[in-house]
Amino acid sequence: MNGTYLRFELLRTVRNRRLFVFSLGMPLLLYGLIALPNRHETLGGIPFATYYMVGMMSWGATTAVLAGGGRIAVERTLGWSRQLRTTPLRPSVYLASKVAAGYVMALASMVVLAGVGVASGVELSAGAWTRMVGLTLVGLVPFATLGIAFGHVLHLDSLGPVLGGTTAVFAILGGVWGPVADSGWLHQVGLALPSYWLVQSGRVAVAGQLWPARGWLVVGAWTAALAVLASAAYRRDTKRA
Amino acid sequence: MALLGPNGAGKSTLLDIVLGLQGPDRGAVQVCGLAPVQAVAAGHIGAMLQQGAPIGFLRVRELVAMMAALYPRPRPVDEVLELLELDDLARRSTERLSGGQAQRLRAACILVTGADLLVLDEPTVGLDVESRRGFWSAVRVALHEGATVVFATHYLDEADANADRVVLLAGGRVVADGPATEIRARAATRTIRLTLPRVEVAGLAALDGVVAAERHGDTVTIAASDADRVVRRLLAEHLDARDLEVRVGGLEEAFLALTGEGLESGGEAEGPGRARRMRKVA
Repeated sequence: MNGTYLRFELLRTVRNRRLFVFSLGMPLLLYGLIALPNRHETLGGIPFATYYMVGMMSWGATTAVLAGGGRIAVERTLGWSRQLRTTPLRPSVYLASKVAAGYVMALASMVVLAGVGVASGVELSAGAWTRMVGLTLVGLVPFATLGIAFGHVLHLDSLGPVLGGTTAVFAILGGVWGPVADSGWLHQVGLALPSYWLVQSGRVAVAGQLWPARGWLVVGAWTAALAVLASAAYRRDTKRA
Repeated sequence: MALLGPNGAGKSTLLDIVLGLQGPDRGAVQVCGLAPVQAVAAGHIGAMLQQGAPIGFLRVRELVAMMAALYPRPRPVDEVLELLELDDLARRSTERLSGGQAQRLRAACILVTGADLLVLDEPTVGLDVESRRGFWSAVRVALHEGATVVFATHYLDEADANADRVVLLAGGRVVADGPATEIRARAATRTIRLTLPRVEVAGLAALDGVVAAERHGDTVTIAASDADRVVRRLLAEHLDARDLEVRVGGLEEAFLALTGEGLESGGEAEGPGRARRMRKVA
C-alpha cells in the first residue's frame, strides 16, 4: 500500500464538495423533512426516527461508495488512468484508494446523520450502534464493487444519471423511505437486494441481533457477482490491445 | 532521441508499446532489459502522454509530490519545482494554470520520478513557438544525469534542436535513423522519378548526389541531395530516359517514396498544415 498516494486521494475526495451534496446533503434534508415531524411514530416495527436515520444513512453511504468507483470514469476521461498505468502504482492500490475514498465519504455522512439522529431522539445502546454501523459497512461492499464496474464502463455523460438511478431503484425497493411491502412479490424482490439488508441493519441491531443467514447470503452473492462484473469491466478497459 | 513522423506514422503506437499500454502484434520489446510492463513496475520509466490534463482538487506541489511517491528513486520535489520555475505556483490549484504552466507541471511530474527513461509523446503540441522553446529549455535544465529522453514530434525543427538522435517513422516503419544533422541533410532531398528501363539501380545509387534509388518496373525513383547534377547526368548518359519528374519533397515525402508507399498516397494523407510545413522544411 502506498500511504502518500492514498493520503492525496483522500484529500482530493474531501476537497470535492460536490460529492457530498448527494451523499450527505440530500439524506440530511429528507431526514429533516420527513423523520422530524414523525419522530414519535413507529415505522417497520421500530421508532420512526431510528428507521429513517438508518434508511438515510444507507442511502447516503450507498451513494458515496458508488461515487468513489464512479470517479474512475472521470479520471479515465482526463487520461489520468492511462498516466497512472505508466507508473509503478499497482492497479489494486488504485482500486483500493477509490474504495477507501468512497468509504470515507460514507462514514462522514453516517457520522453527521447519527449526530442529527441522536439530537432528535434516536436512542440506541452502544451494542446496537456497533452492530448497525458494522452491518452497514459490510452491506456497502457490493455497492463499492458496483461503483468500480461503473467507473470502468460508463462515459462521463451517463455517469450521473446511472449512479443516481441505480441508487434510487435499490433504495426504494430496499425500503429506505419506509417498507415497500410486508408480503407478496415486491417483498420477495426486496429480500433479495443488498439495500434491503442495509436498511434492516437498524431493525436487527435494535433487536440485539445481526442479519439472519439470508441477509449474509444475499450480500455475499451480490458481492461475488458484482466482483466478476467489475473485474471483467476492468480487463476490458485496460486491455493491452 | 526524437521520434519524428507525420500524424499516423505510428509514433504513439510505438511509445504505447514501450510503455506497456499496448502489446506488439509481432516481436518483442525490451526496456532497460525488461519487458515493458515490468520496467514500468520497477519504476524505470516516466511518461508524459499526449492526453492527460492534471487531475483536480490538488495543488501544484501536491500533484508533483504524489507522482514522486509512486516511484522508488524520486528526486526532491522542491528542487524539481524550482528548476521548472513552478516554485511560485506551488500552492496554486492545478485547475488554475495557463497552458504553458500546465505543460511545465506535466514535465515536473515526469522529471520528479527520477526514472532512467523519460518518454514524452508530443509534449509541446498546441503550444506556441515561444512556449515550446521555454518548455524545452526548462526540461534541459531540469534533466538529471543519466536520464534518456525519448520524445515524439512532428516538427522537424523541434527534433533537430533537442535530439542527438532522430528516428524517422512513416507508415509504421523506421525509414531513417541517425544523428540529427544527418537527418537534416536528408531533409534537403528532392525526389526524381523517370522511366528508365534496363539500368541497374545499384549503379544509380552510387552516383554523386544520390541518396538512394529504387526501381518499380520501368520506373525509377531516386532521392537526390543534388538533383540538378543527377538529372544532367541521367539525361546525358541514358537517351531512352523519359517522363522525367522532379519534386521538391520534404523529409517524409522523400522517404515515403523510397519505402514504396508512393508520393501520391503519402501526399493525400496529409492536411494542408502539414504541406505548408513540409515546403518550409524543403
